[in-house]
Amino acid sequence: MATEQTERREWTRPTAFYNHYVKWTVYLVITVFLLWSAWNMRISLDRMLQGWDAAVELLVGMFPPEFTPFKTDLLIEGMVESLAMSVIATIVGVIISIPIAFMAAENIAPRPIYWLGRGIITVSRAFHELIVAIILVKAVGIGPLAGVLALSYKTIGFFAKLLAEEIEDIDTGQMEATEATGANSIQTLLFGVVPQVMPRIVGLTIYRWDINIRHSTIVGIVGAGGIGATLLNAFDQYDYDFFMTIILAIIAVVMIGELVSTYVRGRIQ
Amino acid sequence: MLSVTDLQKTYPSGDEALKGVSIDVTGSETVAMIGPSGAGKSTFIRCVNRLTEPSGGSVELDGVEVTALSSDDLREARRDMGMIFQEYNLVERLTVMENVLSGRLGYVSTWQAFRRNFPPEDVERAYEVLDRVGLADHENNRADELSGGQRQRVGIARAILQRPKILLVDEPTSSLDPETSKAVMDLLTEIAAEDDIPVLINIHEVDLAQEYAERIVGLRDGELVFEGTPDDLDETAKGQIYRGEEIPDVTTGAQQSATTDGDATEGATEEGEIRRG
Repeated sequence: MATEQTERREWTRPTAFYNHYVKWTVYLVITVFLLWSAWNMRISLDRMLQGWDAAVELLVGMFPPEFTPFKTDLLIEGMVESLAMSVIATIVGVIISIPIAFMAAENIAPRPIYWLGRGIITVSRAFHELIVAIILVKAVGIGPLAGVLALSYKTIGFFAKLLAEEIEDIDTGQMEATEATGANSIQTLLFGVVPQVMPRIVGLTIYRWDINIRHSTIVGIVGAGGIGATLLNAFDQYDYDFFMTIILAIIAVVMIGELVSTYVRGRIQ
Repeated sequence: MLSVTDLQKTYPSGDEALKGVSIDVTGSETVAMIGPSGAGKSTFIRCVNRLTEPSGGSVELDGVEVTALSSDDLREARRDMGMIFQEYNLVERLTVMENVLSGRLGYVSTWQAFRRNFPPEDVERAYEVLDRVGLADHENNRADELSGGQRQRVGIARAILQRPKILLVDEPTSSLDPETSKAVMDLLTEIAAEDDIPVLINIHEVDLAQEYAERIVGLRDGELVFEGTPDDLDETAKGQIYRGEEIPDVTTGAQQSATTDGDATEGATEEGEIRRG
């Protein structure tokens, strides 16, 4: 009697949808939408083959990359400008970001200042760097100044947001102990908070510099200085060989930047 | 002297952590505050230097009413109160010397603090105090390189460098092993005695309290339920503090009148006398 068969219980994985009818309806709608989109854009097999031919032609036109002295000078000039822009934008951006990060840290700033800090960050994060660069080129004229301003502006949103989050995670005991000695509020920040977030400040600076190098090669396309302008010129003049040279140079510089960034951040962990 | 009268703290959640506690710490005595977890010991210590804002009552240090001070004046008052913490609360990434010198922050300008430019006599004294707590030659170690016992010694040095009028000590040994705990307590009481500083220490190890304190107060549920010498702290008193037991037979009436009395300090002393009789 001990081996009496009890009724087997079944188990199926709970579905994220209400039931299976809903699930299949959703899948069907997605498939129909996909097909409709493809039809709407008229991407036919014929069109794809045409595109393929053009792509091959472009790629062939890019080889071999051009390294004549005149073009090399142009390349170096553009790259140096881009690098200089990235360095200045990072330093300026970080210096402005640090006080904003303290303003935007919930555990430190009084309510109105906190909202002001968060507001500045949100405004800085709202637009893509190219949009900012386009506006600034109109505002201050063509050239690297517009690029530096655009990149500095974008640095604030990135740096201040991440640093503020780090400040919100600090050990408040260290801050309280400093406060308990009779230190004023700035002294409390200097002794009780800044040492705790210092590694993060260094790490984020390097990381943002890495990002700014990449972006400084792009903002030139809208006239904000750097290698981007040279890149666009080469392309417009069907100078694909030189275009390829610039692309390779950008990849090299970005890779070096990333290596340096990885190394430095590894050291300070 | 420190004179706390009817100190109350009600947290926004409605928890009554302190229901009117009165304690005096005078001369250079060491007063230990014992009680179960959640009795309000830490809240009490933190309300004295207003790391936690009390909801009522008065804290008077050498005639200055601390609870009424503006934030500028509070900073000045805090310079006279050295605090030692359970988790040491050293700035982990700073050197031992910076941690000790932070005890002088109330006396230097912000710019001096930024430059770590402390007056030479403060630096000299920091070296002396480090020597006294047995950490000579450790001034350039980072605080996070030290062991727990060493960290608490730095914590003591930092508080001493303030030249405080009182030491507020919040569970100094609960992160330490028994051996180290005794060493830290020895050091703490020794230095306080040498420099003539009264100590208010909140501690949950009853044996340490009995060994090092001259007077013991017992807190339970935010109320003072015992006050007496270490010898007065017998099993009955411990039961009362830690398990809320009634004082048996003869003393029951007195105990009840003591707690309903309102003036807890007086009540507790009275009750202590009765039990001895």
